[in-house]
Amino acid sequence: MKVWQKNTILILLVILLAAAPLWLCREAEFGGADGMAAELVEESVPGFEPWFEPILEPASGEIESLLFALQAAVGSGVVCFILGRITARKPDNKDA
Amino acid sequence: MKRLDSCVRLAAALCMALGVLTVSASAMHIAEGYLPRPWAFGWMAVCVPFVAAGMRSIQKRVRDYPRAKVLLAMCGAFAFVLSALKLPSATGSCSHPTGVGLGAILFGPTATTVLGLIVLLFQALLLAHGGITTLGANVFSMAIVGPFVSWGVYLLLKKLKARPAVAVFCAAALGDLVTYVTTSVQLGMVYGNIGEYLTIFAVTQLPLAVAEGLLTVVVFNVLEKYARDELLELSVL
Repeated sequence: MKVWQKNTILILLVILLAAAPLWLCREAEFGGADGMAAELVEESVPGFEPWFEPILEPASGEIESLLFALQAAVGSGVVCFILGRITARKPDNKDA
Repeated sequence: MKRLDSCVRLAAALCMALGVLTVSASAMHIAEGYLPRPWAFGWMAVCVPFVAAGMRSIQKRVRDYPRAKVLLAMCGAFAFVLSALKLPSATGSCSHPTGVGLGAILFGPTATTVLGLIVLLFQALLLAHGGITTLGANVFSMAIVGPFVSWGVYLLLKKLKARPAVAVFCAAALGDLVTYVTTSVQLGMVYGNIGEYLTIFAVTQLPLAVAEGLLTVVVFNVLEKYARDELLELSVL
C-alpha cells in the first residue's frame, strides 16, 4: 500500500474519532476539561479564589476562536510546507 | 507527476483534517492561579534543569546534524497544531492532544521540553489557556513526563523489533495519555480526590490519545519514505 493511501485511511480514522462523540453524546455541552477541573477545585475548597488572573484574556469567545484557529493555521502551514519540501525530493525508501 | 499528485492529495487531506478538527473551547491545562504558590513555584523549580538540558541538547543536535534543523522546526509546529485542536471526547467534554510525541521520538525528550515550553508560553500569554503561575506544572506534565514516556516506549518497542509505525503510534498515544494522568495527580496532590481528576482528564483523553497516535504515524510515514537518511542520522530507525 502506498504512503498516501495509508495516510488517507489514518486521517479518516482521526476524523471519525473526532466526529463520533458529537453523534454519540448529542446532549453533551462539550465544555473544556480544565473548566470542569476548576469547578471541582472550587467545590472541594469552599470560597476558593484563584490568586492570579491571566495577563491577557481574549475579549470574547470569537477572538479566542480566532487565536486558536491562527495557532492551528500557522502550525499546519509550517508542517505542510516542510512535508512538501521533503516529499519534493526523491524517496529515500523505494519500498514504502 | 504521479508523485506530485499523491503529495497534493496528502497535503489536502492533512489540511482538511486540521481544519475540520479545530474547535474553540477551553482545554486541558491547569488554569491560572489554581495551584497554591508553593506548588506553583515548586513545579517551576523542578522544570528548570530539564529546560537547561533541552537547550544544550538542541544546540548539540543542530551542530552535529545541521540537516535536522528543518525536522526540529516541524516537530515544534506539529506540537503547535495539535495543542490547538480542541477535540470532543466520548465523555461529553473537549480536550486537545499534546503533539510532543513526534519531537521526543526524533530528538529525545529534553529537546522536546523546550518545544513544549514554547507552545505553553504562547497559550498562557495570548490565549489565557493554562497560565504563567501554572507554567511549571503544565511544562512538567506536557513537556517533561509526556516526552520521556513517548521516548521510553519508542525505544522499548524498537528494541523489541516492533514495526516503526506501531512503535510511533504507541509512543505518541501513551505519552499523550500519561501527560493528563500527571495533570490529575498534580491537582490531586493539592486538593485530594485524585480519582475525580483522573475521570475528568485521563478518561476524556483516551480517544484523543489514539487520535494523536494516528496523526503522528501519518507524519512519520512521510518522513520514513522521504527523509530516511535524516532518520538514520538521528538514530530513529
